[in-house]
Amino acid sequence: MSDALLSVNNFSVMYDVDPPVHAVTNIDFELRRGEILGLAGESGCGKTTLAYGIQRLLKAPAVITSGSVVFHDTSGQDIDISQLDIEDMRRFRWDKISMVFQGAMNALNPVATIGSQLEDVFEVHRPSMTKRERRDAVVELLEIVKVGGQRRRSFPHELSGGMRQRVMIAMALALRPQLMVMDEPTTALDVLVQREILRQISELRHTFGFSVIFITHDLPLLLEISDRIAIMRQGVIVELDTAERIWRDPKDDYTKQLLSSFPRLTGEKGLVNR
Amino acid sequence: MSLLEFDSVTKVYSVRGAGQIKALDDVSFTLESGQTIGLVGQSGSGKSTIAKILTQLETPSSGEVRLDGSAIPRRGRGLRSYRQQLRMVFQDPFASLNPYHSVRHHVERPLRLDHVVPAVQLDGEVRRLLGRVRLPESVADRRPHELSGGQRQRVAIARALASRPKFLVADEPVSMLDVSIRLGVLNLLAELQRDEGLGVLYITHDLATARHFSNEIIVLNQGRIVESGTADDVILRPTHPYTQELRAASPDPEKFFASASGSGTVSAPATAAVSGTEGGTR
Repeated sequence: MSDALLSVNNFSVMYDVDPPVHAVTNIDFELRRGEILGLAGESGCGKTTLAYGIQRLLKAPAVITSGSVVFHDTSGQDIDISQLDIEDMRRFRWDKISMVFQGAMNALNPVATIGSQLEDVFEVHRPSMTKRERRDAVVELLEIVKVGGQRRRSFPHELSGGMRQRVMIAMALALRPQLMVMDEPTTALDVLVQREILRQISELRHTFGFSVIFITHDLPLLLEISDRIAIMRQGVIVELDTAERIWRDPKDDYTKQLLSSFPRLTGEKGLVNR
Repeated sequence: MSLLEFDSVTKVYSVRGAGQIKALDDVSFTLESGQTIGLVGQSGSGKSTIAKILTQLETPSSGEVRLDGSAIPRRGRGLRSYRQQLRMVFQDPFASLNPYHSVRHHVERPLRLDHVVPAVQLDGEVRRLLGRVRLPESVADRRPHELSGGQRQRVAIARALASRPKFLVADEPVSMLDVSIRLGVLNLLAELQRDEGLGVLYITHDLATARHFSNEIIVLNQGRIVESGTADDVILRPTHPYTQELRAASPDPEKFFASASGSGTVSAPATAAVSGTEGGTR
């Protein structure tokens, strides 16, 4: 068994509108087991399309025009995601790859308790579990993400933004997936809460050993939490390297431009022409 | 030269079930024209309450706001003329522009309401304002949905400038924008501020841009000012524990990669090589 978890080969997605938009073009990369891969680039560069595409979550008019995505399961089995039928795909999603969506504020159902929303995951994917087992599992999840089991009866509006984001992470963690895709998970949070959530993601990754694809346009943040970073532009990965090499020795002009567009907290001034 | 004084302002909200909440506790500062103050603090620290009181959307429970020595009128023509001199740029350009109206309508409205220029000069003034924020004249007849986030925020800035204010309150003006255009909008604000001698209150929780964009920084925690001073002093040499905490939480690749890779607050990436060389390459 290699240490690769996901192999993406020659992957392309097109939006079939007039004129067609080639959102992702011939992308190749390999995601390693247990690594955090950062995916950075400006709005419209295709990073979300890529992340959704590898889980076949895209809706028409998006069409996957070429390529394959192979998931190397811990059981030793290789699963070609594009070959799964609808039922297998349904089982596969969330069980092997889960997702933390952008804007946790709106991703939860406002009229259902967070406990019942977490139980849904088990009801659908683990039908053999009893009611009591489901409840215990939910309490355990809420304890893991430090929201606390007693909050399972709370509605989303009774929780702070940071807590809601933790509930989303708990939900993604529920079936102990091997890969978590996180789309801008901390963008709406203030720096202190953001730091706390990132620390927690890091810890959970060490405990449970899952890989993470972390999508954001906040490059300074990505540099700190990622093992490797892929820089995307106009549907293409222009550079993929370890976070440290991206920082110290960026090869691509666009990467350099992106790095230089961030005001430095402690470094030289000059970016803002005061 | 104009002077805006925020003098020992306390604001208490009564919340059903939770009693009284002190959103601001004896906060004082002054803002002069030509000066930029960065106001930083986490969610709930009282930043936006200050903006609301400055614009007189809320009245202080105690304390006073003064413009050039005189208290802000609570209503009527006096309040209107005060607001003409202090304008706001909001966080979300998708929500602060009316989707039914053209860009021209947005920029023209304050010109009409405050009788800034005679009616015959309206068109020229709209074009001048759009030029000021580097938008092509053709944008005037577009609607907000036809514009990008950065362009919309420029429209919002043009609208704020229309009544020729002396002060601008910018509440997270770039946090909803894409990183690659944030700098452009901040630079535009800095340039306008210099050219027009505006006093700007820049509200944000992004310490990096606050440092680069402001002359002075005020750090707010639970409604109190815990630290203030020149931008570099506050961010580079913070003395209050809360400021230090805020600083430590802000992503800072320079420090992260300089400090033997990984002693940072987030545990070290497994594959990142450990190296102790100082500073980044850039």
